[in-house]
Amino acid sequence: MTGPRNPTPELAAHDAADATHDAAAEARWSEHRLDQMIGRLLQGGVALAALVVLVGAAVLIARHGDTVSGLAVFHGQPAYLRSLTAIVRSAFHGDGHALTQLGIVLLIATPVARVALTVLAFAVRRDGLYVLVTTVVLALLLVSFLGAV
Amino acid sequence: MRSCGVVRNGRAAARHPRRARPGWHFVSGDANCAVHLSVLVLSLLVATGSLAAGLLGSLTGLGGGIIVVPMLTLLFGVDLRYAIGASLVAVIATSSGAAAAYVREGFTNVRVGVFLELATTMGALAGASVAGLIPTHVLAALFGAVLLLTAYRSLRPLQERDPAAEPDRWAARLRMDSSYPVGGRMQRYAVQGVPTGFAIMLGAGVLSALLGIGSGIVKVVAMDRVMRLPFKVSTTTSNFMIGVTAAASSGVYLHDGYIDPSITFPVMLGVLAGALIGARLLPRARTTLLRRLFTVVLVVTAIKMLYNGITGAM
Repeated sequence: MTGPRNPTPELAAHDAADATHDAAAEARWSEHRLDQMIGRLLQGGVALAALVVLVGAAVLIARHGDTVSGLAVFHGQPAYLRSLTAIVRSAFHGDGHALTQLGIVLLIATPVARVALTVLAFAVRRDGLYVLVTTVVLALLLVSFLGAV
Repeated sequence: MRSCGVVRNGRAAARHPRRARPGWHFVSGDANCAVHLSVLVLSLLVATGSLAAGLLGSLTGLGGGIIVVPMLTLLFGVDLRYAIGASLVAVIATSSGAAAAYVREGFTNVRVGVFLELATTMGALAGASVAGLIPTHVLAALFGAVLLLTAYRSLRPLQERDPAAEPDRWAARLRMDSSYPVGGRMQRYAVQGVPTGFAIMLGAGVLSALLGIGSGIVKVVAMDRVMRLPFKVSTTTSNFMIGVTAAASSGVYLHDGYIDPSITFPVMLGVLAGALIGARLLPRARTTLLRRLFTVVLVVTAIKMLYNGITGAM
């Protein structure tokens, strides 16, 4: 909050009043910073996931591009594409399906990381009520992944 | 899908779909069924279709996710459950990408968003847990109904109204009232109907999990009509929540084997690319015409999904 960004006298006065309330100004500044951080986390997560998926898909197509995709009937995925630990393990062995799945998992993890960041942000602001709310949301998300560890 | 008996009839292909060679097990020449294409050709076709879906979705503001599942099932003969898994992943990609920009611009009401995420994640977990018990033709019919609602909304978009002045008890306790930028100034608004909004969001979470969509339409209606948030705040906060809602059911679906990498990657990358191109084109696009075009697509798809659902062909 340095300097009046808006020329209207009303807002300039508002800014001046803010300067006397350092704490309020700081809180708003950190809120702005937080929004920037959330934005960057979301964009970074999507970009990273897309990159891993691209690499995985290239391997998948190179090795299995000419096979029939049997997706008309639901068989469920093989075990190594359903558990997080198995996906990571197979991805590091260079399996195209697992590498693609790893990118997909990174994408699914992006909103989860965003919720974790919001827990932290409300904690920094000593907003107990919303720390509780976001922690419960985070717990629900982790429960959903629990079966897939 | 009934029209696609190809792989089902080829017993070897059904047991080892990835090892089967194209051309071995064709028993029907059904043009509607593209799943007996090779992985390469299918992913190119699906990526192209998903790009168009993402483009239309972002230009019309109706989201691309709603059309991905019908495209995969009706056009490419993919099983509904694989389609739902792929669509959910694409929904996470586009909503996270868009949310990044909106949060920075200060439209999103983060408190309202995270509080309602309680409801949508609970709904999504419940929905994903019971999804396996619901016959796919029932899901198809439900999908048709949601498509019709979306088509109706696209013809009659919600109008911006004056913000409510009086906060309700819950909104005050949860400190939800906030402000958003209007023409360079911050306009304050009060939040209404928190309990009703919360209840609708539970339903939105269930719907999102069952159908693999963002269910942004339901979320926006709840926030705009019931909670009386300004329109721009409703749409951006809805988008903020969509990724988290979809992530909750994706975790369950990953474990249940709904997420197939070979069909999910072209959908995810296609829709994402379409949405990014759409955001660039938006200032110059003739959105009214596109919206009408998309509405026609939605209605036709809705009828087909309802028909398949009711006749049990899905």
